[in-house]
Order: sequence, then C-alpha cells, then structure tokens
Amino acid sequence: MVWDAIRRFFSYEFWSYEGLQNHGVWGAIARVVIVVLPILMLVPGLIWWERRLLSWMQDRIGPNRVGPFGLLQTIADGVKLFLKEDITPTAVDKLIYFTAPALALFPAFALGGTLPWGPNKYLTPIADVNIGILYVLAVSSLGVYGIVLAGYASNNKYSLMGGLRSSAQLISYELAMGMALAGAVLASGSLTMTGMVHFQEGPWLGMVKGVQNWLILTPYGFVAALIFAICAIAETNRAPFDLPEAENELIAGYHTEYSSMKFAVFFMGEYAAMFVFSGIFTAVFCGGYHALPIDWTFAGLPIVDTANSVAAGFIFLGKVAFFFSCFIWLRATLPRLRYDQLMSLGWRSLLPLAVANFMLVGVWIVAADVYKSEMAGLVAYLIGFAVMFGVYLLVKRASADRFEGMENRGVVMNTGVEPVSLLGEV
Amino acid sequence: MPPTDELAKLTLFGALAGVAALSAVGVVAFGNAVRSALCLIANFFCLAFLYFTLNAELLGITQVIVYTGAIMVLFLFVIMLLNFGSPQFLKEPPDYLRKGIGILFGVVLFGLISSQVLMPLAKVKATTAPDDYGAPQQIGLSLFTTYVWPFEVASILLLIGIVGSIMLAKRKI
Amino acid sequence: MVPLAGYLGLGLFMFTMGVVGVMIRRNPIVIFMCIELMLNSVNLTFVAFARYGSVTHHGSGIQSAMAGQMIVIFVMAVAAAEVAVGLGIIMAIFRLRKSIDIDDMSLLRG
Repeated sequence: MVWDAIRRFFSYEFWSYEGLQNHGVWGAIARVVIVVLPILMLVPGLIWWERRLLSWMQDRIGPNRVGPFGLLQTIADGVKLFLKEDITPTAVDKLIYFTAPALALFPAFALGGTLPWGPNKYLTPIADVNIGILYVLAVSSLGVYGIVLAGYASNNKYSLMGGLRSSAQLISYELAMGMALAGAVLASGSLTMTGMVHFQEGPWLGMVKGVQNWLILTPYGFVAALIFAICAIAETNRAPFDLPEAENELIAGYHTEYSSMKFAVFFMGEYAAMFVFSGIFTAVFCGGYHALPIDWTFAGLPIVDTANSVAAGFIFLGKVAFFFSCFIWLRATLPRLRYDQLMSLGWRSLLPLAVANFMLVGVWIVAADVYKSEMAGLVAYLIGFAVMFGVYLLVKRASADRFEGMENRGVVMNTGVEPVSLLGEV
Repeated sequence: MPPTDELAKLTLFGALAGVAALSAVGVVAFGNAVRSALCLIANFFCLAFLYFTLNAELLGITQVIVYTGAIMVLFLFVIMLLNFGSPQFLKEPPDYLRKGIGILFGVVLFGLISSQVLMPLAKVKATTAPDDYGAPQQIGLSLFTTYVWPFEVASILLLIGIVGSIMLAKRKI
Repeated sequence: MVPLAGYLGLGLFMFTMGVVGVMIRRNPIVIFMCIELMLNSVNLTFVAFARYGSVTHHGSGIQSAMAGQMIVIFVMAVAAAEVAVGLGIIMAIFRLRKSIDIDDMSLLRG
C-alpha cells in the first residue's frame, strides 16, 4: 500500500495540472501568493506613508529626495540595510537570537489570510473557516514571542527589560481584545470573517432598513471597537504604547542588539502587523468591503451595489489605509504612557469595560428575543449600561481610600522644587 | 480514499509527531530553562496541529490561545524575571545517579504501558466520530447542556485561581 | 487513516518524558513545565479517543466524542489556574529565600 502510494507520488499524473487541482496544491499556492505578496509589497509603501504623514503633521518636509515625492526612499533604506555589516554580539544566545526576528514576522503574515477582500470566495483567501476570529486571537497572541526572545537572547539588560515589558503588556491587552471581539461575535452570531461582514449588511440595529448595521454604528459595537482599537495599538507596540522600545528609557529596547537586515525584519513585522490589525478592524467593525453604510438595493439603486462589489478590494484597501493613518495620527498626537498607567488602563479600565459590554450584548439579545423587538434590546442595553456604571461608581467610592495610594505611585523627581514654566507666568 | 491522500496524512502525522516527540525530549534535556520553554512551546504548537488532524478544530485553536499564547508567555516571563534578578539560581549541578535512575524508570514505564495499552489497540484505524464533531457549534451545545455543571465549577476554579495569584503577588494586602 | 496507536504512542512518549523530567530536573520551573507536558499528553490521548472512539463505550459515537473534548477543555482550565497560582508561589518562594532549588524546599516552615 505504501509503495503504491509512493509510486503514485512520483508519477506524472500526480504533478500534472489536473492532478494538482485535485489535490488543491495550485489553489493553496495561489491563495498564499494572494495573501502574502500584497502585504510584503505594501510594507515599503506603508513606511513611506508614515514618514511623509508624520512629517506633515509635525510641520517638516520628510523624505523627498529619492524618486518622486521620496517614494523610493524606503527601497534605498532597504538596500542600505542589506549592505550594512551584520554584527552579531559575542555574548548572545545564538540560536534564539537568530530565530527571534523570524518569529516576529510570522504572526502578521499568518494573520493576513483572514482579511476578507471582497464578496467573491477567492478574495477571502485562507481562513474562511468556522473558527476565523479565534484564529485571529490565537495567531496575534504569538506576536509576543519574537519580542520576548529577542530581548532575552540579546544578553543586554535594556533589551531584557523591553522584552519583559512587552510580554506583560501583550498578556494584559490580549484579554481585553478577546473580550471585545467576543462581544462582536456574540452580536453577529458568526465566527467567520465573511459571516461578520455579511451580518453588517443587515438593517441598522435590526430596525432601520436601508442603513447597514456596521458594528461601529451600534452602541455595543462602538464600545467594542474602541477597546479593540486601543488593544490593537498596544499589541503592535505603537505609540503611545511603545514602552518595549522606548528609546529614551531602554535605548530602543528589544532590538538594540540587532543590526542590518535582522533589524529590518522586526521593522517589517511591525508594519505588517499594523496593516493586518487595521484590516481586521475594518472587517469586524466597519463593514468590511462596503464603501458606505447604505443599503443601495433598498434605496432603489442596485447598480451601486454591483459597482461596490466590483471595486470591493480597493474599497477595503482604502479603509485599511485610513485606519493605518489613524495609527500614525495617534503617534503624532499622544505622549508615551508610563508603565503603571499602561497596566492600570489595561486591567482596570479596558478589561472591565469589555466584560461589561460582552454581558450587555447578551442582555440585548435575550431582551430582543423575549419581547420580539430590537427596540426592547436597545432599551435593555442602555438600562444595563446605566446600572453597571452606577455599580462602578459605587465601588469606586467605597474603595476610594484604598486606591488613593496606588494612584500616586510613580517617580517624583525634583521634590521640593517648584516646576518652572518655560513660558513664564501664564 | 485514494492512497496518495492516505500517504499525505501519514506524512503529516509523522512530521508533527516527530517534532512533538523531539521537542518533548528537548524540554527535559536542555539545561537552559528558556530553551526548555521554547521546546515546550514547539511541542504545544505541534499538538494544536495534531488536534486539527483529528478534526478537533476548536480544541486546536484553544490549545494555541491558552497554552502557547498565555501559559507559556507566563512561564517565559517568570524565567526571565528570575534570570534578570539572579542568573546563577537557574543553573543546576550535574547529578548522574539521579539522571540514570530517572531514565531507567522512564524506559520501564514506557515499555510497561505500551505493552499493556498500545498492543491491544494497535488494530484500531477507523474513526467513529462524525467529521464536524469538533466544530464550535457542537462543542458549545454540549458545553452548555450536558456539561453545564462542570463548566460552572471550572469557572469558579478559575476565579479562585485569579484571587489566589493576586494574593500571592501582593506584598501587602 | 493514521492508526489510533500513533496518537496514543506519541501521548505515552510525552507522558514518559514528563515523568522523567520531574524526576531528574531540580529547577522547579522546568518541573512545572514537565507537569504541563504530562497534562498535554493526556489531552492528546483524550482527543484521539474522542475521534476514534467507542472501543469500550456503551453510548453512541457522538456522545463519547463530546465527552473526550469536554474533558480536554476542563483540563485546560485547570492547567491555567494551576499555572497562575504555581508561578505565583515560585515567585513568592524566590522573594523569601533568594533560591529556587527544589531540594532546598524541604522544610514545612520556612
């Protein structure tokens, strides 16, 4: 039996086009190419866009010398990184040191397969299976390893601090992200990406026909989207949550000891992860490949729907680009959090809010089911939110004296010295 | 089922099982705790894919989320924290007698159980469960009907675990 | 199809490695990891039996399949709680004694 199978494996029929089609190999290769190639090719563009946009926001010019608008600057940087000397410090743990960048790159590309680029099934490449969202959570939770291991292997106290901070940060924010996504899953009743996009085509709040039910436009979805967005920024280690690579505290943290192309791999992984998280946000909360939250068929213009499905991929890309720009916007706007602020935000604000939201989605569904009307669900949700907020205030007041000591912990510099305003008296 | 498909399945199982077995050896054999943890991560990752080959999709993905994504990160965190404080405490002095006895015991255990359990079950090849038995719908249905009491007990256990770990971690209550 | 014995053999091997690890290692964190290895080997055995099922089972195939998967979920929950508390204990011991060698922890009162 085994010999027969081996002979078959080396036969012409197995490797001919029909044979491969039967085994799904061509299909698999095509899908992987569809997934990985765009992300790989987009990364230089994303880096260029970040630098240009950031310099515009900061009233600078930014890279504008190489190519039109400086478009080829990233390519030039890549060539430079390729040609630079690749330094491996002597005291590093070599095996782990070389594995870490690869591990940092892996999750972003593995997640790329979950993005639904359009209504056609060939545009939802890989993970359109019944565990799609769980796959997102699972793979994004692997993102921590590249950073932690890089920090450990570098044999450098600052890098290790970066790795430790990163692991604590990612564990904390993963929970809130999972609960936020769970709320969205509970509302849409589907675990697949395409199913969630399809759910968002329905009437708004289940009541208003003609408007699409984008989750970000619903009360529970808005809360979940807010939490998810904050957690996505923390998961990708972007400002204001970039403590693992804080350059003024940790000399760039976990990638201090990495030079030339290995550093570039970390860099690529970060940008690919930002792109992919923007894509997941678009798909789960912002209607996926639909341009506007309007049901054109109901409005009497089915032609617009057709146009939308033709241009689906580009619309999706445009939305992703918008949310990617929001990442950059936040970086330009917000200062970095202190470590205890970061932990406090994750554990004492986002996680309780996400759990409360998750429970209230359940309340909505049960109320809508019992009273046979979505309006009852909305009312129940709002009442529930008010009750939870009241409980929160009561708990906060009851434990105010205990939290007081915690809030004030932090570094107090220059005690006894009045802060001097550089602008004089205001 | 065509034989090539069969071969592909056997190859896949062989590769996953081989990596899992090797990394299980690595957990015990590596002197460095971080490498042991890395081997364990590889092992758990392979186990997740073995669950996929058994059509238990939800369990496989839960394995990645719970073990690879949370538990092993905690392990790495603690190892690195201890390493950060005082690296010399993670070194182990060699003890050949202990190693010899341990390995001998392991061989005996393996031989005993495999002769008593694996031999009678060697002929079992056909699967009996339906292909979609590992789907989230099926598991959810089962978890919230037949197994609702164990489920609640598990949630209480987790709550106790949370409270306990917080009490352990706080220096001053 | 892959025979059931393949999965069981792998599970048995992992379990044995876990037992050997607990016996020969002295670092409590590695011992803890070996315990996790044993738990996972048992999980693999449960899932394999769930899929191949009803060798000695009286009910229908789907029932035994569900039972096998449920126990895996509960084992995962227990393991998560165990790790949270266990690593907390190890950290507490380390804070108290500045050493985590397992052979030094033979006293009931520190």
